[in-house]
Formats: sequence, structure tokens, C-alpha cells
Amino acid sequence: MAPILSVEGLSVGFLTDLGFRETVHEVSFSVERGKTLCIVGESGSGKSVVCQAILGILARNGRRTGGRVLFEGRDLCTFSEREMETIRGKGIGMVFQDPLGSLNPIHTVGRQLRETLILHTDLDERGRQRRAVELLRMVGIPEPERRLASYAHQFSGGMAQRVLIAMALACNPKLLIADEPTTALDVTIQAQILDLLNRLKTEIGMGILFITHDLGVVAEMADDVVVMRHGRQVEVGSIQDIFVRPQMAYTQELLASMPHLNRKAPIYRENA
Amino acid sequence: MQEPQRSGPLLQVTGLKRYFGSGHETSKHATIKAVEDVTFQLRAGETLGLVGESGCGKSTTGRMIVGLEQPTTGAIAFRGQDLSGLSAKEWRAKRRELQIVFQNPQSALDPRLSVRRQIREPLDLHRIGAPSEREAAVTELMEAVSLPHELGNRFPHEISGGQAQRVVIARALTLKPSLIVCDEPVSALDVSVQAKVVALLEELQARLGVSYLFISHDLRVVKMLSHRVAVMYLGQIVEEGLTDELYDEPLHPYTKALLSAIPDIAMALRRHDSRRIVLQGDPPSPAAPPAGCHFHTRCPFARERCRHEMPALRAIAGEGITHKARCHFAEELKVAS
Ligand SMILES: Nc1ncnc2c1ncn2[C@@H]1O[C@H](COP(=O)(O)OP(=O)(O)OP(=O)(O)O)[C@@H](O)[C@H]1O
Ligand SMILES: Nc1ncnc2c1ncn2[C@@H]1O[C@H](COP(=O)(O)OP(=O)(O)OP(=O)(O)O)[C@@H](O)[C@H]1O
Ligand code: SF4
Ligand SMILES: [Mg+2]
Ligand SMILES: [Mg+2]
Repeated sequence: MAPILSVEGLSVGFLTDLGFRETVHEVSFSVERGKTLCIVGESGSGKSVVCQAILGILARNGRRTGGRVLFEGRDLCTFSEREMETIRGKGIGMVFQDPLGSLNPIHTVGRQLRETLILHTDLDERGRQRRAVELLRMVGIPEPERRLASYAHQFSGGMAQRVLIAMALACNPKLLIADEPTTALDVTIQAQILDLLNRLKTEIGMGILFITHDLGVVAEMADDVVVMRHGRQVEVGSIQDIFVRPQMAYTQELLASMPHLNRKAPIYRENA
Repeated sequence: MQEPQRSGPLLQVTGLKRYFGSGHETSKHATIKAVEDVTFQLRAGETLGLVGESGCGKSTTGRMIVGLEQPTTGAIAFRGQDLSGLSAKEWRAKRRELQIVFQNPQSALDPRLSVRRQIREPLDLHRIGAPSEREAAVTELMEAVSLPHELGNRFPHEISGGQAQRVVIARALTLKPSLIVCDEPVSALDVSVQAKVVALLEELQARLGVSYLFISHDLRVVKMLSHRVAVMYLGQIVEEGLTDELYDEPLHPYTKALLSAIPDIAMALRRHDSRRIVLQGDPPSPAAPPAGCHFHTRCPFARERCRHEMPALRAIAGEGITHKARCHFAEELKVAS
């Protein structure tokens, strides 16, 4: 069976004040049904741009300069904008890196969730309301019925992030693309969210493309890992390969830079 | 750094509360008690780590300290001066000394300003230095936070999440403030850039005596930087202590659960973690916090007394006076574990 997602030799460039420059160079990987692929790497190395290119939502000054993106074996470039919209809501769920920026500030969270459900499911109004409450409860938002009436700015950073996760999961997508989805969550709620994703992965066979800087999270989530730097993929391998037998100097550097918990904390000294 | 009031802390926060009225449709029990009775102090050159459950009131606390949010009640004294009575104009002058690094960097940046303008803006607003000096300062700051030079003319939507975070940090540093509220300042950085930014913060503290209120979910970074740590749950501080004593011997059951859930690299090889304390039950709502101990609905050790009597934040027998917890049974639980 074809993987859910396969990215082949993807390159992307942007037009800036310095002219057109390629920023992502020939990235290739694939996400299998019921598996998680994590992308880690340097800040600014092109992780988010790769996601945008997959979904066909690059910024206006950006362009794919090479490669293919196959979703369930079909080339996404051949899809019409209409078809892509359906894929984005129903086939692929997406959690963007900037949670506040990706929620609409002028509509309540409930309205945004219900709109997703109107577009991509055939639930009736009561069904949608029930599903919306269920989704918020799934991601651990207290008093979900009441919170549906809130606006994005009334949520904490981590609550907004969980609302985005709820929206991405609303239609049981085949693939979840999650760009730093737990950076605003404390470790206990993060553990619950990771459990939820892992459950969906085994129960409905959802494939997950997960971007994170937290190597501890990678260790808990990943089946496979892609390491990126300077717009290139410097190492690809199974979780064991990357953590036990990292081949590239950059991967080793990342593992070595992780702060250690057994290090002593600083001690305050009154200085006159 | 002016009038260096050496006696007394740089920042003293006392009995801080912030309630939000929900104001629309469902106004049955309208108020969200985001922050309830928070008290702490911060000395010059000190870092206090502030950690806790998502939605427990950390950002709201930080925003009140820099005057972006009005406390419902409570006092915030900076160098002995009460900040709550300040007019908008007086606040503008204080801004030089009190800065914040926002949690959502991409939303916190002004979409119309290029990266360089963004970092320079505080210098322009406060008319500090000649234009050429300002430009030099921007270049220096960009280097200090590892921002590539060629990003200077880009706009916020044209840079990555971690690059935006470094712009926000650079902007907070331009005025050489005495206190910086850092709200998740390194969450979008890879560990290698993160190490550089952390080293920069340490170096500024050693050289200029900057104080940090360091809000973060990354308990590794918190341990590395903080002299003391306060743990919040549902609007209250539930434990406070010197960093090492709190990490080595957490006294509050919530802190224990939190520390046990730090993701571990060793998990790559061993998929089941038995040390992890999984909290049962849904997180309670800050609009209707449980009576008694706010944590009793999820605490594995809760008893009858916890359901109706709220514990005070207090020093625990057998521990140093610096180590405090808000639990009726902290002494007993310590023996048991
Ligand atoms: N619209 C754009 N125009 C020009 N350059 C862009 C644009 N969007 C992104 N870039 C650049 O492309 C590179 C890759 O960006 P991307 O957002 O993919 O990084 P990232 O790996 O997600 O980093 P982070 O971990 O910091 O989020 C960065 O150097 C960024 O500045
Ligand atoms: N403007 C507002 N109106 C109503 N409620 C608000 C507002 N701002 C914050 N809240 C609520 O106050 C509580 C505390 O929010 P705060 O942002 O301080 O949490 P936090 O500890 O920073 O969480 P996180 O770690 O997720 O960022 C949350 O329940 C949030 O929904
Ligand atoms: S007071 Fe009771 S419920 Fe609260 S933390 Fe202590 S044991 Fe648990
Ligand atoms: Mg990114
Ligand atoms: Mg916050």
C-alpha cells in the first residue's frame, strides 16, 4: 500500500529583497499509515515551509521549485483549489505553529469549530454542537460548553494551542500535520495530548507528521526522524538510528546541546 | 539602572488577583479567577522560574507586572514604588526598566515593521542615541540572539517561528531593562540556538544585574536558569523554593506529578514509563475552582479535610524556611514517599 504522504525531492524558494532564493533543497520522506514521522532541526531550516508546501499554502512570494508531494499516491499538484480545500479540512488536519495567529479573533471558538464541521461532515446542528463539546473535552479544556462561547484572546497560550489541535482532529483526518503543537503545554497536559494522538494513530490509523524542538517528545512519539539544517535534510532514520547511532555531526550536536536535569541550578548571591 | 535601592527586593508582588468577567451569552457564573492571591518577590540579578499547568495564570501574572493588565486587587511594588497607581505617561517611562518577551512571538510583532525596525523601535520611541548608534545597537543585538543578518529587511510573516522569537527577545533587550518577564522565551528554538540565548540571558544577568521572571514549560531550561522556582496551579502558587531543593524533593503532589512527566530521551528505547504520575480527572475550571484545596479533585492523596479547607502556602517542618508548599499533608507525604 502507498504511504499516506510521500514527499519526493521537494524544493522551495522565496522572492525577497535579495532576489529569488531557494530555501528548501530536495527534501524527501514519507509518512506511513499509523506511523509518526518527526522533523527536528535548526530554527529557520525550513520545517514549517515544508508543511506549507505540502498543503499548497506557501506565502505569495514563495514557490515550489521542484519535487512532488503525493497524498495516498496521488500528486497534490494535479488537484484543483476546490479539491485541495477538501483535502485540507478532511484528509489532512493541520496545527500551525502560531496558535493565536491561526485562530480568527472576531469569531468565537465554538463558531470556528462548527464551521469546520459544517464544511466537512454531514452532522446536523445538534450533532455539531455535541461534537464541538466532545472535541474540546478531548484536549482537556475545562467547562467546554461554556468555553465554546469564548474568543481566542480569552484563552491562555496553551489553551489556544489545544483548540487548534481539536479543530485539526475534528474530521478524523488520515494525516495530521502538527507544527510545534505542544510548545505552550505543561508536561502533564502535553503527555495527555501525546497519548490522544498515539491513540488515534493506532485506532484510526492516522499518520502523523510532527515537528518539534523537544527531543524528549521525539523520543516518545517518533517511529522515524528527519533532521534538518540550512534547508536540507541532513539525516533520516528510525528513532533508534537517530538516538543510538546518530551519524551526522549536527545530529550529535543537537543531542549534546539538550539541557540536563542533573545539572545543579544557579545559586543567588547578594552582591553589593 | 537608576536609584539602586539596595535594601528590599527589586519587585514585590503581594496578594495579586485578576478576575475576568466573561461578559457574554453564558453569564451564569461569570468570573474567571485567572490569578488568585499570588505573592512573591524578586531581587536584583535574580531569576524566578514560574511553571505550572496550562491556563493556570502565569501569563496573566506576567502581564500585570509590566502593566498590560490591571490587577483586580493586590500590589505590585518595583524598587519600593507601587506600580498600580501609575498613569499611562508614567508607565511609558517605566517601560524602559520593565520589559516582556511575549509568549506568541509571531502575533506579538508588528506586521508592518521590518525586523530591524522592530528591534530599533524602542530606541526610537525613547530617543536613545544617535540614529547611527541605534543601527549599530540593532546589528549587535541581532548577532547576540543569532539572527542572520540578511533577515533585517524581512517582515514578520516572512520569517520562521523561532526567528520571530529571537526578534522579540532582541527587542526586549534594546533598552537594557532591569527586569524582564520572559514568557516562554525559548519554546520555538532548537536546543543549540536555545543554549546560545540562555547563555546570553545569563551573561546579561552577571554583567548588568538583570532580573528575570522566567515563565516556561521547559523544566530543563527552568532548572538551568532559575535561582528559585514557583509552581502555580489554578491561579495560586502551590509550591515555592530554591530550584535544587524543589526539583530534588518536591513537596506538593502537583509538583511531583509535573516533574514526573518530563519527557525523557531514554524513552526512545523503552516505550513505557512507570515513573510517570498520571493525573486523573479533568482540569477544573478557573470559573468554578473546587472548594478547599483546588487540587483535591485530582490529587491522589486527597482526604476529607482537603474538600473543605483551603491549605495555606507555608514552610514545611523539616525543610528549610525557603521551601514552601500549599498542602495540608506535606509532612506526611514526605515520609510516605
Ligand atoms: N514568506 C517568506 N519569505 C521569505 N523567506 C521566508 C518566508 N517564509 C519563510 N522564510 C524563510 O525560510 C526559512 C525557513 O523557514 P521555516 O519557517 O520553514 O523555518 P522552521 O524550520 O520552521 O524554523 P522554526 O523552528 O524557527 O519555526 C527561514 O530562513 C525563513 O526566514
Ligand atoms: N482576556 C481574558 N478574558 C477572559 N479570560 C481570560 C483572559 N485572559 C486570560 N483568561 C483566562 O485566564 C486563565 C489564565 O490564563 P493565562 O494566559 O494567564 O494562563 P497561562 O498560565 O499563561 O497558560 P499557558 O501556559 O497555557 O500559556 C485562563 O483560563 C484564560 O482562559
Ligand atoms: S491539601 Fe489534600 S488535596 Fe491538596 S494537595 Fe494536599 S493532600 Fe492533595
Ligand atoms: Mg517553524
Ligand atoms: Mg501563557
